[in-house]
Amino acid sequence: MKFKTRDLSTAQRVLKIRKLKVGLTGRPDAQPVLNEIDLDIRAGETHCLVGESGSGKSVTSLATMGLLPKDALEVQGGLIDLEGFEITNATAAQMRDLRAQRVAMIFQEPMTALNPVLRVGEQIEEVLNMHTDLSKSEAKARTIDIMEQVHLPDVQRVYSAFPHQLSGGQRQRIMIAMALVLDPDLLIADEPTTALDVTTQLQILKLIEEMQERHGTAVLFITHDMGVVAEIADTVSVMQKGEIVESAPIRELLTNPQKDYTRKLLKAVPNLAPRPARAVSEKDAVLNVDRLEMTYGGGGWFRKSEGVRAARDVTFDIAPGRTLGIVGESGSGKSTVARCIMRLIDPTGGEVTVAATEISRLSRRNLQSHRKHLQIVFQDPYRSLNPRWTVARSLCEGPINFGTPKSEAMERAAELMELVDLPKDALDRYPHQFSGGQRQRIAIARAVAMKPDLLVADEAVSALDVSVQAQVLDLLDDVQDRFGIAMLFITHDLRVAAQICDDVLVMQKGQVVEQGPAAAVLANPRHDYTRSLIEAAPGRHWDFANFRALERAPAVEGPIA
Amino acid sequence: MFGYILKRLLATIPVLLIVAVFVFLLLRLTPGDPAAILAGDAATPAQLERIRDRLGLNDPLLVQFVTWFGQMLKGDLGTSLISNTDVVDMVSDRLGPTINIALMTIVISVLLAVPMGVIAAWRHRTWIDFAVMSFSVLGFSVPVFVIGYILIQIFAIELRWVPVQGYASPSDGIGAFFSRAILPSLTLATIYVALIARMTRASMLEVLGEDYIRTARAKGVRENVVLFRHALRNAAVPILTIIGTGFALLISGVVVTESVFNIPGIGRLTVDAILARDYPVIQAMILLTAGIYVLVNLIVDVSYSFFDPRIRY
Repeated sequence: MKFKTRDLSTAQRVLKIRKLKVGLTGRPDAQPVLNEIDLDIRAGETHCLVGESGSGKSVTSLATMGLLPKDALEVQGGLIDLEGFEITNATAAQMRDLRAQRVAMIFQEPMTALNPVLRVGEQIEEVLNMHTDLSKSEAKARTIDIMEQVHLPDVQRVYSAFPHQLSGGQRQRIMIAMALVLDPDLLIADEPTTALDVTTQLQILKLIEEMQERHGTAVLFITHDMGVVAEIADTVSVMQKGEIVESAPIRELLTNPQKDYTRKLLKAVPNLAPRPARAVSEKDAVLNVDRLEMTYGGGGWFRKSEGVRAARDVTFDIAPGRTLGIVGESGSGKSTVARCIMRLIDPTGGEVTVAATEISRLSRRNLQSHRKHLQIVFQDPYRSLNPRWTVARSLCEGPINFGTPKSEAMERAAELMELVDLPKDALDRYPHQFSGGQRQRIAIARAVAMKPDLLVADEAVSALDVSVQAQVLDLLDDVQDRFGIAMLFITHDLRVAAQICDDVLVMQKGQVVEQGPAAAVLANPRHDYTRSLIEAAPGRHWDFANFRALERAPAVEGPIA
Repeated sequence: MFGYILKRLLATIPVLLIVAVFVFLLLRLTPGDPAAILAGDAATPAQLERIRDRLGLNDPLLVQFVTWFGQMLKGDLGTSLISNTDVVDMVSDRLGPTINIALMTIVISVLLAVPMGVIAAWRHRTWIDFAVMSFSVLGFSVPVFVIGYILIQIFAIELRWVPVQGYASPSDGIGAFFSRAILPSLTLATIYVALIARMTRASMLEVLGEDYIRTARAKGVRENVVLFRHALRNAAVPILTIIGTGFALLISGVVVTESVFNIPGIGRLTVDAILARDYPVIQAMILLTAGIYVLVNLIVDVSYSFFDPRIRY
């Protein structure tokens, strides 16, 4: 693994934060959100701010931009010095001047961060209109120029496109162009690649680096992904509960972390090398999927339209107690397959057999009795539990629907709380009283309460912090061993897939490009697409949990198409 | 887009057809003999028979409907039982004042309410927000005729700026039209200002929490640009819905105001027709109202795509 080892100590200091304290507005005595943090970034340097959700990473960046939500958070002490200019005392007008000219920001979700009703070219040009006296044609020329610099294709067309007409990667390029059009000294990037596919992520990281080199920009890069950190950082600060617990050059931090918290964080990063598969089951498969096909659209009043083939010719089966992972990028059709199997949508072709019954064409009414064989855990634990129901009610509803007496269902719910490691009194509480990881445990308990044969986990750990992710993956493993449930695990994250799957199926554009045992597919991928996915996984040469390089980096011999 | 409008227009046919059936049955299924209702208490049997004959009441129901429907398609809705004039002429004479007042009301409401809602959302939970919200509660709760009489008392009787009552069409001179239309429009506008301001505020509050608003601020964009360029257009769809529904309600709901200000519009025509049991006129009014609702809804739906490029038909 090659780390950045540039010496930047002589470069000009761009950002200096000293003893910065941010707290709840009007409540200086309450627990601060940021507690006296120090931070330095020099011209040309990439400083990564890592930590779990709620650690204060984003608050730090918003404070630097002067964009703290006024009625919730306020700076209560310390200073933020941007090239000699003290931000914490600046007026609103001064701050507006500073933004885009001296300090600019790009955000996590490029879809929601761009205004959906304005053309993207106009949105870039607006920065120039606000801060410069350029004429209309000069502003447009400059906009086109920066769009070319961020390697957008067909710039004239993209200029007058609306955000929803562009891909995620293109939108993030627009955001970067918008942030850099006035050549600011400091670029703050708040999880800019988290919402993107790995291959797109790689391109965007390269682009930021290229722009940084060209303009000598200092970059404050916020992320929770240690892989990304390993790829791009010069220096790293680790945050926990509003404090910076450790700050060091990248190699030092990854090889010899000083603080327990840092070690814990690194140990939780899943390894890209696949775990050994479980013994092959002798039992008959619980789920057989045969030439499954799903075409969206294709109707039309006046003429037949083509339709989108979201999945075609997908064939696999899963035996009890085993886990099959479907991996692929967004739009590959992996979630479509999961939804077809759950019959949340009706497949347009092929067969799905669950517990010896073909269900792909069962009527809604007949399907009802088969639902208990299939249960699903969704990605976002904040939205998958009814906020107005107690945990007990959510857990018992399903079994009671299928005729379990209430007392028995309650008893089982209590057992399940123990299984997922939550206190018994959790049953009487409401979802908002739990953290994301706890809610996902509840969601798993809810699914298991139905005693299903097959559990579908649709990106079930993607919204969780790594340390929580590891616990939830363990729990899934445990549940599987105990009840012999077969699991279909949908994920975009190869590290997660390597940790939990026995078999893997790689999808691209609705088709299966490669399938087989996880160890074989992830260690010796045969298809170019699988190879490019693994190549793009950031930090894949580093074994974070053991603070050293991987002895044998997963893959990849031969050229990449 | 054109295909979508065509599709929508086709879809209005069943709606209007159901309304037409209802309107037809209104007269036929009223308890008692329609002819007797139409003729009034003092009718002789000979008069009744003449009316039955004229209305074709001796034919089977289906034949009656086909005849009536065919005439309706030709634009013949019969003659008024009271004034004996053509119903279509009566209604179209009265439609002008109502539509003019309604349009003016909507323009006033939008011009006042949208900025009020935007500023209330921007200054969320400050005194400005509370003031706007209080005003909107007031606008909802004070009856229209009270506001009408208060405005007359102040601006017509005390200050003598405008006439007390009456109507002049714009073709009689813009000044004459405005001086007579302003008070009824303001009266009607109170409730719509309240409604639209509330909706604008709610919609803006939601939009102001979006990521792209933060992006705009991160670009160093001025607040007024953030509000009106970045936020308002995104907040437009629910506001448009309210304005459209409001306009349609206005056309059919101007009865009280037209009475207070003595305007010869369809509101009063309807009331008079109901009081006099002038069934052909009532039928025409129901058809007209249904048509206006359908048309306004179509215009609103099409206008969405003008504000939000993601909506394409």
